Amino acid sequence: MTELQAGQSAQPLEVPRIETRPQRYRDVLIALAAFVLLALLPMVFGSKQLLDFVIRCAAYGLFATSLNLLVGYTGLISFGHGMFFGLGAYGFGLMMQKTGVPIPVAFVATLAMTFVVAVVIGAICVRLKEIYFAFVTLAFQMLIHSTILSWQSLTGGDQGLRGGIPRPPFLGIDLSNHLHLYITSCALLVIGLFLMRQIAQSPFGYTLRMIRDNATRASFIGIDVWRAKLTIFVLAALFAATGGMIMALFVSGAYPEFAYWTISGEGIFINMLGGVTTFLGPMVGTVLLLILNDTVTRLTEYQGIVLGVVILFFAIGLRKGLMDFVVEWFAQRRGEGRG
Amino acid sequence: MILVDLDALASCLTSPSCLVTQTTSGLIIGMLLFLVAVGLTLIFGVLKVVNFSHGAFYMFGAYFAMTAYQLTGSFALAILSGAAGTAILGLIFERVFMSRVYGRDVLMQLLVCYAFVLIFDDVVRMIWGPEFKSMGMPAAFQVPPLFIAGGVVPPYYLLLIGVALAAAAVLGLGLARSRIGKVIRAAAHNPGMVSALGINTGLIYGGVFALGGMLAGLAGALAAPVRSLTPGMGFSVLIESFIVTVIGGMGSILGALIGALLIGLIRSFGSLGFPLFTEGLMYLFMVIVLVSRPTGLFGKEVA
Repeated sequence: MTELQAGQSAQPLEVPRIETRPQRYRDVLIALAAFVLLALLPMVFGSKQLLDFVIRCAAYGLFATSLNLLVGYTGLISFGHGMFFGLGAYGFGLMMQKTGVPIPVAFVATLAMTFVVAVVIGAICVRLKEIYFAFVTLAFQMLIHSTILSWQSLTGGDQGLRGGIPRPPFLGIDLSNHLHLYITSCALLVIGLFLMRQIAQSPFGYTLRMIRDNATRASFIGIDVWRAKLTIFVLAALFAATGGMIMALFVSGAYPEFAYWTISGEGIFINMLGGVTTFLGPMVGTVLLLILNDTVTRLTEYQGIVLGVVILFFAIGLRKGLMDFVVEWFAQRRGEGRG
Repeated sequence: MILVDLDALASCLTSPSCLVTQTTSGLIIGMLLFLVAVGLTLIFGVLKVVNFSHGAFYMFGAYFAMTAYQLTGSFALAILSGAAGTAILGLIFERVFMSRVYGRDVLMQLLVCYAFVLIFDDVVRMIWGPEFKSMGMPAAFQVPPLFIAGGVVPPYYLLLIGVALAAAAVLGLGLARSRIGKVIRAAAHNPGMVSALGINTGLIYGGVFALGGMLAGLAGALAAPVRSLTPGMGFSVLIESFIVTVIGGMGSILGALIGALLIGLIRSFGSLGFPLFTEGLMYLFMVIVLVSRPTGLFGKEVA
């Protein structure tokens, strides 16, 4: 019996290794196609509003998809993932304002800083059981938020980083040019999504799914659960920080709201909205939430009530994300076609 | 900018008057936190959910008390309506919404609560307006402060500490000794068996939620004269009371009391020694407890 069980659990680990290569080619093609489409968009629709919308989608989309690596793939419900979004925005903004290094250097340095912070916080948090994990990550988020508020001489307190972020041109890319910023954001989004997709489809990604489904069994077959969880926590933090950097570049500043807990709440909601069972679910959720947010802000000042009701509708009423329905619908149709 | 001011801390620790003043202010922070945290821990112990919207009950308690005080001018009625109003709110919230997500994954429970944090904050903004409000000290307590060993102690603080301690005693004894307390503890251990014995577990769940909401509302009502009221005031209290329950151990009432007092004292003395790092001290303490005792100081026992 035990041998049989061990055999069963080892099986899914072998499957992706066989399929990896053709899938990766397909992913590269999809990523290239998506990037070309996005890059051609300004030629067809020149409206600045639309491009702004795509840039915001890139920032939040990277953040939400990285959160899905934790929530959907590993079963780690982080309620403080937004802290890395805020850290990315502040780290990058400060680096550019105070040191004047080229943008790529600041980018890498911010990622390095996020890495260190994420390792420390992750090492404390990933051992905890789910509800503790959710709240302790939330507590760390509040710590970072309150540090930003009280460390006025560095961060500008509740006014945020003002005076704009200098954006010196590098390698012929001038990010103070709106079109350049748009293309760069799209490139970062596509590369980020591609990398996260590779993580999710790798043997490591399947290890994460196994930890989500049965952590005890995973540790019995020799997986270091703590290390795997910490690794994905740190990786997800890096992608969230990238989202934060796009946001800082877009608004040319950083504000305490970027590190406030509501960002994490929105991230969780985006995942719910789009669905956590598909890789692109959070991306769909991001687009939906941003459209919803923009519409609601225009109509009423009480966005909280509207958003809250929508969340309740999804959480209690539908119990699923939108992409989950799409996937089910396709599966059903395929089943009918065969029958 | 001063990051660390150990001289101020040391001179306070050696002066009796400053010691008394800081200890009382630490105690009232701790007592208010205890009332919120004990509801959180009770609900978790029995229902196995973390009420992420618990801070909203604290906020509603404060606003209810303020309105009742402005309408009637009676402080006792203000406290009473703060507590009773949030108890009813808790009961409705549990029966209509939370009861639908028991046994579902934590994500759903968090989302439902998150939705209500947003909704409740906006409801308060709608009814009472977004600006800071204050209830004002009731006339009965507008008397000169007491001086204990040279330290200043407003009489209202004594009432606050007394009420919170009384609530702790009633709750602790009630759960340990009374019949209802035994049923609640049994339901926490094995709801299926309790239900098989002919006891309505839904009623117990609703009752525990109402009790938790009432305690948070009581804290809000007691805090109303000494704190400014604003939509969103519940959230920072929620985070702090969660830290309290993590330190004390989820599900333990004694743990909540000790944790709340420790956090209160850390806040009041920390603000002298580490003015910019007071919040940080709290988190640091939480991390130390979590690393050394992941279940909290009193984590084993279940309420």
